[in-house]
Amino acid sequence: MEYGIVFLPLVASIVSGFFGKKIGVKSCQILTCSFVSISAILSLIIFYQVIVSGYTSNKLIFNWIGSGNFYVNWSISIDTLTSVMLVVVSLISSIIHFYSIGYMSHDPHKPRFMAYLSLFTFAMFTLITADNFLQLYFGWEGVGLCSYFLIGFWYKKPAANAAAIKAFIVNRVGDFGFAIGIFLIFLFYGTVNYNEVFQQTPQLVQKEVIFFGIEFSLITLICLLLFIGAMGKSAQILLHTWLPDAMEGPTPVSALIHAATMVTAGVFLVVKCSPLFEYSQTALNVVTTVGMLTAFFAATVALVQNDIKRIIAYSTCSQLGYMFFAAGVGAYNVAIFHLFTHAFFKALLFLGSGCVIHSFNEEQDVRFMGGVWKKLPYTYALMVIGTLALTGFPFLSGYYSKDAIIEFAYLRGSTFGYCAAAVGIFTALLTAVYSWRLIFKTFHGKYNNKDNNLSSIHESPLIMLLPSLLLAIGAIFTGILFKEMFIGNNSTQFWNNSILFLHIFQHGHPPTWLLILTPLLVIIAIPFSYYLFVKNEKILKNFILKNQLLYNFLLNKWYFDELYNFIFVRTFKKVGLFFWRKGDINTIDRYGPDGLSRIVKTISDKAVNFQSGYLYHYAFVMLIGFSILLTYLILY
Amino acid sequence: MQTIIYILPELFLSLTIMFLLMAGVFIKKSFKLVNLCTIASLAFAIVLVLNQADEITKIFNDSYIIDRLSIYMKILTLLFCIFVLLSSKDYLKINKIDKMEYPIIVLASTLGMIIMISSYDLIVFYLGLELQSLCLYILASFKRNEDRSTEAGLKYFVLSALASGLLLYGCSLIYGFTGSTNFEIISNKLDPSNTGAVFGIVFIIVGLAFKISAVPFHMWTPDVYEGSPTSVTSFFALVPKIAALTVFIRFMYVPFVNVFNQWQTIVIFISIASMILGAVAAIGQNNIKRLMAYSSIGHMGYALAGLATGTNSGIQSTIIYLIIYLVMNLGAFGCIFMMKRENTFFENINDLSGLSKNHPILSLSFLIILFSLAGIPPLAGFFAKFYIFMSVIESGMYTLAIIGLVTTVVSAFYYLRIIKIIYFDKPKKPFEQSYDWGLKVSMILSSILILIYFMYPSILIDIVSSVVIY
Repeated sequence: MEYGIVFLPLVASIVSGFFGKKIGVKSCQILTCSFVSISAILSLIIFYQVIVSGYTSNKLIFNWIGSGNFYVNWSISIDTLTSVMLVVVSLISSIIHFYSIGYMSHDPHKPRFMAYLSLFTFAMFTLITADNFLQLYFGWEGVGLCSYFLIGFWYKKPAANAAAIKAFIVNRVGDFGFAIGIFLIFLFYGTVNYNEVFQQTPQLVQKEVIFFGIEFSLITLICLLLFIGAMGKSAQILLHTWLPDAMEGPTPVSALIHAATMVTAGVFLVVKCSPLFEYSQTALNVVTTVGMLTAFFAATVALVQNDIKRIIAYSTCSQLGYMFFAAGVGAYNVAIFHLFTHAFFKALLFLGSGCVIHSFNEEQDVRFMGGVWKKLPYTYALMVIGTLALTGFPFLSGYYSKDAIIEFAYLRGSTFGYCAAAVGIFTALLTAVYSWRLIFKTFHGKYNNKDNNLSSIHESPLIMLLPSLLLAIGAIFTGILFKEMFIGNNSTQFWNNSILFLHIFQHGHPPTWLLILTPLLVIIAIPFSYYLFVKNEKILKNFILKNQLLYNFLLNKWYFDELYNFIFVRTFKKVGLFFWRKGDINTIDRYGPDGLSRIVKTISDKAVNFQSGYLYHYAFVMLIGFSILLTYLILY
Repeated sequence: MQTIIYILPELFLSLTIMFLLMAGVFIKKSFKLVNLCTIASLAFAIVLVLNQADEITKIFNDSYIIDRLSIYMKILTLLFCIFVLLSSKDYLKINKIDKMEYPIIVLASTLGMIIMISSYDLIVFYLGLELQSLCLYILASFKRNEDRSTEAGLKYFVLSALASGLLLYGCSLIYGFTGSTNFEIISNKLDPSNTGAVFGIVFIIVGLAFKISAVPFHMWTPDVYEGSPTSVTSFFALVPKIAALTVFIRFMYVPFVNVFNQWQTIVIFISIASMILGAVAAIGQNNIKRLMAYSSIGHMGYALAGLATGTNSGIQSTIIYLIIYLVMNLGAFGCIFMMKRENTFFENINDLSGLSKNHPILSLSFLIILFSLAGIPPLAGFFAKFYIFMSVIESGMYTLAIIGLVTTVVSAFYYLRIIKIIYFDKPKKPFEQSYDWGLKVSMILSSILILIYFMYPSILIDIVSSVVIY
C-alpha cells in the first residue's frame, strides 16, 4: 500500500512525461488523475488505520548509500505526522490534477504539465516518508526542482523564467544552510537516521561547537541551520521574496505547490525535528520571532497589493508565519493542524481566483474587476467560503486552527508567547481586512474591466468548480471534525510519539476575553472593509494621499526586492561579468582553446604550404631529416 | 628439395604470375578472367600459408624464416590484397584502366612483400623490397594518359630510388662491419660502440621509414596518394604497410636488438614527428585522398610508438594497431569508392556535403569508420590506440604518451569535420547507388568489425600475443 502511494505518481509522471505525445492528451490526463487519486485513497486508508489503531511502519525500499559507517536507506516510514501530511498532499494534489484539466484546457503542453504535477507529488511523498535526513533532502530538492519547472512552465514569458530562477536561487540559500545542518548532524551523530539522531540528542545537549568564531550549543546550531532551510522553502521573512513572484506559474501550481504543500515542508521539517528543537530554547525563540515577523509583514503587504494571486501569496506567507510561531512556542500539533486546515482553504482560494482569472480572460489585477458576483455565483460562493475560513470566521476551519495558535501562544506564558499572541491577534485583523478587500474589489462595486465586456464574463466549467467544491467542504468541516483529535486534551495519544513535547501544556483555559476577541475583530472587519472598499472609497484615497510614504513602503513590499537587488544581485552580476569577460573570454579562452586552435591552424597552414610539389624539395627534406638523425646519434 | 615445401606459397604465386601473364597475352579482353584468377590464387595462397607448420623454420642457409609473425603477416597481406582487388573492380572499369596487367602487377608486388616478410637476410630482404617497389611504381602511374598519375609514379620512383640507395648503402655498411648478411650473425656481431655500424643502422631505418611513410620521409605520400588512381591509393594505404612494418619489427628486434638504445631515440623521434604532422597537416586538406595520406602518416606514428617501447607487449600492440588500421582504411576507401556520379569519381571533401540525407547507410558506415579513426570509444580504433598508450606508459615513456594523446585530440578535429559535413551541411545531388558486391561486402564487413570489436577484443589479443619476437 505504501509503495503504491509513493510510486504511482512517479509512474504516471514518467509515462505522461516521456510518452505523452504517443498516448495522447486525454489518456495522459486520465492516467495522472487516476493514479494520483488512487494514492489519495490509499493515503486515506492509512490515515484511518493510524486513527483507529495507531498504525506505524517503516518499509525499506533499498539501501541507498553504504560507505564506511555511513548508511542511508531509501524507505517509506509512516507515523502519525507522516500520515497527516500524506493525506494533505495526496488529497489536494488529486483535486488539483482534476482542476488542471479544466484550467489548462487551452494550453498546448498538457502532458508535460500533468507529468510535472505528478512528479511533484512523488517528490513530496519521498520528502515526507523519509526516515533519514538525506532522503528528506532528496525530496526537498525534488519538490524545489518541480517548483522551478512549474513556475517557468510558460517558458516563453520572460517574467515566468525570471521568477523560476529567482525561486530556485533563493531556495538555494536556504538549502545551503539546510545541507550544512545535515553535515553537522552526520559529523557529531555519525548517522542521519531520524531515530538514531533523536535518541542521541539528550546526551549532546551540553556540547558546544565553534562556528565562524562564535561558540554555539551544538543543538542550537543544528536547529538554526535546519531552520534556515525551512525559511527558504516556506518563504519566511528575508527569504520570502520568491513566493510572490512564483505566482507567474499557472494557478493550479500556485494552489498545490505554493499554498498547500511544498511551502509547508518547512513547517513539517520543524515539527518532524521537534525532538531536536525541544532541546534548544534559543532556536525555538528564533522560530517564534521569524514566524511572528513574517505573519505581520506579509499581512501588511497584502493590504495594498493589486494582483489577485499576489494578495493570496502574501496571505500564504503570513499564514506560514502563524504555523512557525505555533511551532516556536512548542505547539507543534497546532502548527500541523493549521497546516492541515490551511491547505484546504488556501487551495480553495487559489482555485477560486483561478476561476476568476479564467472568467476575466487572464486578467489578474483586482482594480480591473468588480461587480460580477451575480455573473459568477458559484465562484463567488466558493471564494467567500475560502475567505471566511481563512479569516477565522467562527466554526469554519480557520477559526479552530488559528485561534488555537493564538491561545496556545498566550498559554505559553513567556514574553515571546504574549508577544506572539498579540501579533497574532493584530495580524488576524489585518488578514480579515485584506481578504475582504480582495472579495469586495473582485466581486462588488463597479465593473472596471475595459478589455472584456461584462456580458462575456462567464462561469468556469464544471471540471474546475467541482474540485473547488470538494475543497470548500474541506475548508468548512476539517476544523470542527479534527479539532479534538489534533489539538484536544488527548491529542498526545493520537500523535503517538511522532512529535516530542518536553513541556506538556497545562490545559488551563485562556481568559474568555481572549477567546472572544479574535472572532469579534474578524466579524467587525467585514462591514468595516465593505464600507472602506465599496461604499466610501474617498476615505481610503485621502488616507493614502496623506500617508503616501507608508503606502509606497507597503506597495513595494518593504523594499526587500530593491534591497536585495542592490546588495546581492548587482554585486554578483558585476563579479560574474568580470569573471566572464576578463577571466573567461579574455584569459582562458584567449590563451586556452582559442589560442591553441589558432596555433594549430597556423601550423597546419605552414605544413600544407611545406608540401610544395617539387621533387627536389622532397628529396632535400629526406636528406635533411636523415642528416639530423645521424648527427644526433653521433653527438649522443 | 625438402625445403621447397616451406616456400610453397611463394612458388605458387610466382608460377601463377607467369601463367596469368601468358594467358592474358593470348586471350583478348582478359581482364575479368585474370582478375578472377588472381583473387582465386591469392585465396589459395592463404590456404597454403595456413598449412605451414607452426614452428620456427629457417631455410636456405638461414636466409629465410617461417615463424608465427611471418605467417600472420602473410595472411594479412594476401587477405587485404583480395579485398582491395574486390573493392576496386568497378573503379578500374569506369576509369578504363581495367587492363589485364593490373592484377598481375598487384600479384607480383604481393609476392615481393611476402618475400620481404619472411626474409632473414639482407640480400633476400632487398630482393623482395625491390620486387614490390618496382611493381608499385608501375601501379602509381597506371593511368598513364593522365598527368597526375604519371607525375605520382615518377615522384614515387625517384624518391624511392633515393631511399633504396640509402638503404642499400646501410646494408653494405652493416655487412662491412659484421662480415655477414644474415640477421642472426649481424645480431651477434653488431657492436653499439662502433660508429660505422650505427651509421648503417640509421641508413636502413631511413629506408624503412620511407616505406611506411613516416616523417620526415613522408614527402611522397600526399602527392602519390592524390595522383594515383584511387584503387592504387587504397592498395598503397593498406598492403605495403603490412610488409614494411613487419620488416621494421624484424630489423629492430633481430639484427639490431643489441643497439636498442641507439635506435630507440630515432624511432621515438620519427614517431612523434609523424603523429604531429599527421594530425596538423590533415586539417588544411580538401581532397579526401590527400587527407587519408596524412591520416595514414599519423597512424604510422602511433604504430611506431608501440615499436619504440622495446617490449613484447609494445610489439603486440603495434601489430594489433596495424590490423585495426587496415580494417578501418579498407572501410574508408570503400566509402571513397562510392563517391561516384555518372561515371565520375569525386575526391573533394565538400562533395560529401549532406550525404546523410540521400545515403543514410553509407553515411552511417562513414560515421563509424571516421569515429574509429579518431579513436572514439567503444569502436575498434579506440582500443588500438589504448593498447599502444598502455604499453608506452608501462615502459615509462610519458612524454611520448602525452604527445600521442594530444595529437589524437587534434586529429579528431578533421575526422569530425567530415562527419559534420556529411550530417549537417546542405545535401547535394545523390551519388549513384549501383555498387559492386565486392565493394559492399568489404565495406559492411569492416564497419561491422569496427563496431563489434569491443565485444570480443580477446580474440585478436590472444592471436597476436602468441607472436614473440625475442
